[in-house]
Amino acid sequence: MTLLKTAQLGYSADSKALLRNINFQVERAEVFALIGPTGAGKTTLLRLLNLLDTPTSGKIYFNGQDTAESTRLRLQMRRKMAMVFQKPVVFNSTVYENIAYPLKVRKHGRKETQTRVEEMLEITGLKGYEKRRARTLSGGEAQRVALARAMIAQPELLMLDEPTANLDPVSVSKIEEVLANTIREQKTAVIMATHDMSQGQRLADMIGVLMNGEILQTGSPSEIFCSPSNKEVAEFVGVENILSGIISQKDGDLVAIDVNGATIEAISEFSVGDKVYVIIRPEDITFTLAKETSSARNMFQGEIARMTTVGQLARIEVDCGFPLLGVVTKRSAEELNFNLGKKIYASFKATAVHVIK
Amino acid sequence: MSELWEAFLQAIQLIVTLDSEVVEIALRSLAISATAVVLASLICIPIGGMIHFRNFHGKRVLINVIQTFYSIPTVCVGLFVFIFISRAGPLGGLNLLFTPAAVAIGQMVLITPILMGLTISALSGVDKAIKDSALSSGATEFQAIWTIIKEARFAVVAALIMGFGRAISEVGAAMILGGNIRGYTRVLTTAISLETQKGELVLALALGIILIALALIINTVVNVALQRY
Repeated sequence: MTLLKTAQLGYSADSKALLRNINFQVERAEVFALIGPTGAGKTTLLRLLNLLDTPTSGKIYFNGQDTAESTRLRLQMRRKMAMVFQKPVVFNSTVYENIAYPLKVRKHGRKETQTRVEEMLEITGLKGYEKRRARTLSGGEAQRVALARAMIAQPELLMLDEPTANLDPVSVSKIEEVLANTIREQKTAVIMATHDMSQGQRLADMIGVLMNGEILQTGSPSEIFCSPSNKEVAEFVGVENILSGIISQKDGDLVAIDVNGATIEAISEFSVGDKVYVIIRPEDITFTLAKETSSARNMFQGEIARMTTVGQLARIEVDCGFPLLGVVTKRSAEELNFNLGKKIYASFKATAVHVIK
Repeated sequence: MSELWEAFLQAIQLIVTLDSEVVEIALRSLAISATAVVLASLICIPIGGMIHFRNFHGKRVLINVIQTFYSIPTVCVGLFVFIFISRAGPLGGLNLLFTPAAVAIGQMVLITPILMGLTISALSGVDKAIKDSALSSGATEFQAIWTIIKEARFAVVAALIMGFGRAISEVGAAMILGGNIRGYTRVLTTAISLETQKGELVLALALGIILIALALIINTVVNVALQRY
């Protein structure tokens, strides 16, 4: 069931459009990662969704209801959401009072509050901190207080704005662990803004790529990663081997793409003369010493231009008139005696090539 | 100059011997000005909070106007309130003129701009993220304003002390509205004014020293209390 939905949402400040045509939805218990570079509008969007700012155009529906209907309704809705801001914000009081705040404003009883606060202290690993002044905490601790405060009222929708940016690795993994548990146990829907693609992949069911105030693509992490809808998305999610070319021939779905003089065959709907980008995942490239017959439709000879080893893997960049990056195990690289300047063959299937405009 | 030293000695003597008239005047001054501060803060803190919290047209202008009234002459305030509460005025039926209540009202009006203006500046000093966090945590507008005020408590209390200082040290409104009636509306400042005119410079100076000492004590007590929170 859809928990939150936006329709043609837009926001501008000082006659500058910060968000345009935002259309997406979040289901109950779904983790939605909003990824995009700094300044893309992630924070602005979260603030609109948390009903802290008012959109200049378009609508937000929460549980199927228009959020613009009345102030009273907005308060009720806001009480079913919570947000953790990028910069840890704590009130100038004790850790206990900070975490208890959402229950206090909802006028919950003291007994219940105490039980819930103790539970949150336990979950976030802040036990023993309850009497500390929140302002004396480190950044990571303060962010955990903010997270505990966001979760204590058991929101239906939890929003996180780069919750782990600028934090030490221990705090990051603690916060991610707490989040993962909460998501699993409480069935809370989460919208998480992050510029860290790998964090999005680790935690999210769905990813929306936000760039320059527009959502360019939404899909599952593997969809986004394996078939990015355009070059900006591909570059942002860290896809390697993005080559530009022009479609020179077409036979049914099979196209030949001219890339820097070489011809790459691929499956695509685009037509002859279209300027396109070709994406090949490094894992899909096979290296051989000799020209072998195989079903792979693309085979190029080139010199090894660069070799780096990362753990048990070797990243090999071959210059085939265009740069091509492939990954093999370190052992294969040793057995095939790969070294700089060596001429080898790189092959990949036409179906491994992803063509975008 | 020997008068100063003499005044100082006399002030100490008046305090140490707990001169009944001086004690009574000092306590009355305290009571009237404290009432004025309490009344004014009941008005100014919530309204100042609203002005800070909401965005509306003319907010800047309104704040400028409030700040202009920081320096309103005390006699003008006295006169203004006088017009309202004198027999012929709209509130004449309440028989407030020449009562301690009238003085308290005058002082309240006098310090309202300072208290409101300083409350607004105090709240502006609070990180905007506090407001967002409060609202995001499910606070109503009123609860969020209260949270911001609590964050700014040091600065708000400083504003209250400023207001109290201006109230207890003013003479114009107390004279016009209270009438300096002995044993009823006579406060430290009106007493100083009277004793000076009578030529009792030493007593006047002694009362002045007591006035400053009172302000000092209150300031210290409040600051020490604040440090604990």
